[in-house]
Amino acid sequence: MAQKHIVKSFDELLSNLRRTIVEMGGEAERQIGACIDCVRRRDATLAGTVVEADYRLDLMEKEIDQAAIRLLALRQPMATDLREIVAALKIAADLERIGDYAANVAKRAISLAQTPAVRPVSAIPRMGRLVQEILSEVLDAYTRRDVGRAMGAWSRDEEVDDLYTSLFRETLTYMMEDPRTISPCTHLLFVAKNIERIGDHATNIAETIHFLEIGEALTAPRPKGDVSSFEVVAPRQADDEP
Amino acid sequence: MTMNLAKEEQGDMPEPQPAGGVAKMTARDVRVFYGAKEALHGVDCDIMENEVLALIGPSGCGKSTFLRCLNRMNDTIDVARVEGTITLDGRDIYHRSLDVVQLRARVGMVFQKPNPFPKSIYDNIAYGPRIHGLVGHKDELDGIVQSSLERAGLWEEVKDRLAEPGTGLSGGQQQRLCIARCVAVSPEVILMDEPCSALDPIATAHIEELIDELRENYTIVIVTHNMQQAARVSQKTAFFHLGDLVEHNNTEQIFTNPRDDRTQGYITGRYG
Repeated sequence: MAQKHIVKSFDELLSNLRRTIVEMGGEAERQIGACIDCVRRRDATLAGTVVEADYRLDLMEKEIDQAAIRLLALRQPMATDLREIVAALKIAADLERIGDYAANVAKRAISLAQTPAVRPVSAIPRMGRLVQEILSEVLDAYTRRDVGRAMGAWSRDEEVDDLYTSLFRETLTYMMEDPRTISPCTHLLFVAKNIERIGDHATNIAETIHFLEIGEALTAPRPKGDVSSFEVVAPRQADDEP
Repeated sequence: MTMNLAKEEQGDMPEPQPAGGVAKMTARDVRVFYGAKEALHGVDCDIMENEVLALIGPSGCGKSTFLRCLNRMNDTIDVARVEGTITLDGRDIYHRSLDVVQLRARVGMVFQKPNPFPKSIYDNIAYGPRIHGLVGHKDELDGIVQSSLERAGLWEEVKDRLAEPGTGLSGGQQQRLCIARCVAVSPEVILMDEPCSALDPIATAHIEELIDELRENYTIVIVTHNMQQAARVSQKTAFFHLGDLVEHNNTEQIFTNPRDDRTQGYITGRYG
């Protein structure tokens, strides 16, 4: 907000809140990168540190909650100030969930490291990179108060859904062809699903930025490309064989 | 600045649309002059029936001046001159044929500082109905006194001491006595000028609860410096600034997403 508040300490508290959100966002981005690395490198040790590091995001969320509740109670904020604080609460909750999903991916990576590598895993880094880019764009939009940028990132969630759907299909086929891959493939599906959920939370943050800046909830329907719920891969019949 | 773009796209601010409501009072191009100085620069405003309209804005913005136009209180100031049109149920309240005393019975007023008459609690309420010739019998008057005090949420506290002086009540009770006195002549609109500024938070809460109840039967316009109070009690809010009505909209809209930067600055404390 360009114009300063008459009470300086109020402005300071608001900018502290914003700064903590930005820090928390950076931490969430790091967690996503690290959990994808764990899967790609089959690195159980790194995965352990990612799971442990999740508490930092939990702590930051609590810190933001406390600061926001304090501001609501003591300052009776109005208009943009009110939206700023409500947005901080919502964004912190989304980032905390993102951290949980990253930790979950890391846990799956530990199991994956103990089983033979399966081919569909190669799609994970691409999906992870995409989600990381979207989150990074969204956080950038938050810092710059740029709704256009947030909406640009928002519309990219469909790409994540498309990748997830194709990975889902591929993994099912793979499992049917070789039942020995069921264990790693199932873990892989959960990894992909967790990454896809991270994308959804990044999209939520983009919507919150819209509310923060415009003052109204985004009414456009969210682009949805995840059709895996309807996916059926029929087992191959004997007479299908060439 | 994306935010400004979005605002421009929304175009000129429309008057808030009533949800099937009727305008009890309307103001069109209302200008008030104190001598040569124009204090209110052409205000257009609809006051909807059975709604509370809060007037907010910094000191000297014209909100009290506007409030006082609504029952011609500005007539009592020699140098004041009002232009434009104000109607009550479609009739011009500044028309020559209109009886100002009758108007002020229909559009009552409650002031910043409780101002009970130096009379008994009973006589404070009975005064208006008596001078307006609204009652014939003592029983009838007793009924009006009781129902007015009940409507003002004061009956239970004073029913056993109606003969005691009104000035002996606490500040909050005195203010409710003044509201009861206002209600006693069956007004249609109640104007309140900072009715809680001299009261403690509990007395304020009583008055706010009362405003909410009175809304069922009356139309209320309240001037307040307390924005939380405006947010709590009103359905519509009008923000005045330097003699202009800057923004008039649903209260929720004004306090969550005001359209005008001046409103935004004022309600977030970035005014100056």
